[in-house]
Amino acid sequence: MEWKHRSLIDLDTWSREEIEYLLENAKNMEDLLDRPIKKVPALRGKLVVNLFYEPSTRTRVSFELAEKFLSADVVNWSVSGSSSVKGETLRDTAWTLESMGADAVVIRHGAVGSAAYLKNKLKRSAVFNGGDGTHAHPTQALLDIYTAWKRLGHLDGKKMTIIGDIQHSRVARSNMIGFKTMGANVVLSGPPTLLPPDLESFGAVYEANPFEAVKEADIVYLLRIQKERQDEGLFPSLDEYFLTYGADERLIKAAAKEALIMHPGPVNRRVEIESAVADGPQSAILAQVRSGVAVRMALLYLCLGGAGKE
Amino acid sequence: MEDADTYKTGKFRRQGDFALDKGDNRRNSRRCLLFLWGVLGLLREKAKVMNADEMTRALKRLAHEILEKNRGGENCLLVGIQRRGVHLANRLKEYIKETESKKVPSGVLDITLYRDDLTLLHDQPVVHSTAIPVDISNKTVILVDDVIYTGRTTRAALDALMDLGRPSAVQLCVLIDRGHRELPIHPDFVGKSVPTSQDEVVEVRVNELDGVDEVVICQREEYRQ
Repeated sequence: MEWKHRSLIDLDTWSREEIEYLLENAKNMEDLLDRPIKKVPALRGKLVVNLFYEPSTRTRVSFELAEKFLSADVVNWSVSGSSSVKGETLRDTAWTLESMGADAVVIRHGAVGSAAYLKNKLKRSAVFNGGDGTHAHPTQALLDIYTAWKRLGHLDGKKMTIIGDIQHSRVARSNMIGFKTMGANVVLSGPPTLLPPDLESFGAVYEANPFEAVKEADIVYLLRIQKERQDEGLFPSLDEYFLTYGADERLIKAAAKEALIMHPGPVNRRVEIESAVADGPQSAILAQVRSGVAVRMALLYLCLGGAGKE
Repeated sequence: MEDADTYKTGKFRRQGDFALDKGDNRRNSRRCLLFLWGVLGLLREKAKVMNADEMTRALKRLAHEILEKNRGGENCLLVGIQRRGVHLANRLKEYIKETESKKVPSGVLDITLYRDDLTLLHDQPVVHSTAIPVDISNKTVILVDDVIYTGRTTRAALDALMDLGRPSAVQLCVLIDRGHRELPIHPDFVGKSVPTSQDEVVEVRVNELDGVDEVVICQREEYRQ
């Protein structure tokens, strides 16, 4: 298959074949994680900059590990204590990084469209979106697809229920696009105050009652409730959220037998999910973390390896 | 024209080893062109080097040689290089079992991530799985590949192996040695040495992947306007 992407901004430009091709590669990348020596020389000499304007642990570490396992040189450009505090714009930072020879930039930024903006401004470097505002988090979606695809075999006709703060979730948005591309049906649930206005454009169904929503679901996907949203008065209290939408054993019983329980992390126990469920046999939460490294390795390998693209 | 020029100056040559001896790497654009040449009759099948019987005979002899050199296959491990090498290794394993009624373990090695030409290729070859069921440390590893050409595949395979452990020895077994080495690498067991020119392509076909057992030499026709 001819791989045409050099950057990843969101999954809406990816075909099903392309996602599947990446999954196949990721599967063999995951085997590397069990080896005594996890490093392979595939991206030797490439420079990747991780540019994180928002706090992030797992996405940044996951990208960093993926880069290191492929032998790329890694620079973590942390924003606190760097020039952006002194007022440097994103564009100038990007050009600076490119002048230093960056082959790729991984960006996490609070502004919607920042990754796409960066891609337009950079002539040479590839750009990977590590989350831009409430817009997209495509590598999270890829690792979720990978985790579910590996466990379930395929995603055709599978039902996925996403519960939580849909409106502010880039994870939900990218997952809706990705899972639908892979042939799954997506049902959303959560407080109606936390729904985006343009729900239909994603082709997803909304069901307010979580028990109805998870009925026969093969994947139950819980979003993190960002505690800072609570002050905006969009739902009464965290306790109340847990009582209504929290994933406890009762709710999980309503889903298909052996349904996968997924969560992008970090987990707020007793807000989105009960500990017994998060740590239970159906939980794929730690598998997701592991998949993250493999999927990002496959992504970097496919996008950065070849010479003559774009 | 550019493609024809690169090909003439020999820049193309390094890729040839991977490109044309391995069937799964057609995604390289130049290779696509080559593939098209093939379709259009420009990659002309010139001579059959081995038929199915000859291949079996050669592999059986190789199995005997391996046993002879390694005192009956003691402490040995067969490792096939993806993709054709894997099937050849499986057959060697069968023949060793027939002769010595002894099971030699075998594994599969993918060298894609260790290639030295990744940045030269237009597109990325797919990563296949590496699956070696036993610890290779202190074992005699017998690497099995279909064709040895520049030696770069073997170089990559050695690097990949060393990352998996510390074998007590590594030996190389190939079905076809076609010459033109670019690195100081020499096979221990050779099915057949075939003198070739660099504008030829040696194709090993195995039943499992190609539906037929044979080795053929193809001629890359020179592109003329």
